[in-house]
Amino acid sequence: MSSRAAWRLESLGFSPVYRYAAGKRDWFAFGLPMEGEFASIPKAIDVVRREVPTCHLKDRVGEVYKRCQEVGWQVCLVVNKANIVLGRLRREAWQADPEAPVEQVMENGPTTFRPDNFLEPLIKRMREKKVGTVIITDSDGVLIGILYRKDGEGRLQRDQPTDEIEGSHASRNQNGDS
Amino acid sequence: MPKDINRNDVQRLVANGAQLVEVLPADEYSEAHLPNAINIPLKKLDQQSVKPLDLARPVITYCHDFQ
Repeated sequence: MSSRAAWRLESLGFSPVYRYAAGKRDWFAFGLPMEGEFASIPKAIDVVRREVPTCHLKDRVGEVYKRCQEVGWQVCLVVNKANIVLGRLRREAWQADPEAPVEQVMENGPTTFRPDNFLEPLIKRMREKKVGTVIITDSDGVLIGILYRKDGEGRLQRDQPTDEIEGSHASRNQNGDS
Repeated sequence: MPKDINRNDVQRLVANGAQLVEVLPADEYSEAHLPNAINIPLKKLDQQSVKPLDLARPVITYCHDFQ
């Protein structure tokens, strides 16, 4: 569609004309700014924690564990030089031989989400799957951070309209009275 | 001939004055669009509808994805 539009614009005298082929899906999935009605809807990027520990494939488990302990994390993301997420180390990995390279014990290809994912359905899915954290990457797979379910729930709670909260209280009171 | 570009090119060209045109229908544009993009749906693209555009500046078209 954008290709035909570009050709049409050129026929109308515009030059140069470019086509952003990947379009707005790519733009928003990369975490770039949005305008419009959806702009105010909470998204993953609004609550993502960006300061997360990372390591590389050849790092030793024991050394990575020590670094994570120092900053209070139980999870470490395995990235390459381009900061693309290749794997994840969870609690179980810390039981491995401290001299083992990370790539031998990591979880390969963990599921990731995009920064423009709407928060409400994402948190709902996390609850259903009993997942406490998810990894957020851009559309190229570059690490942005980790989203904690409790952070998302807190944000959604804060955004809940006052009348809705009052309504739910009223509803509960009504149930209690009956 | 229109040239395909990526998001880095879009950012660079817009910073240098290029105009962004979303060619999707108005309701899709209203939901979400790139900053400062204007909406000219493909079906309405003609001499009249392009009047808000500056002929002297580059133009970038986009839609949802590789459609």
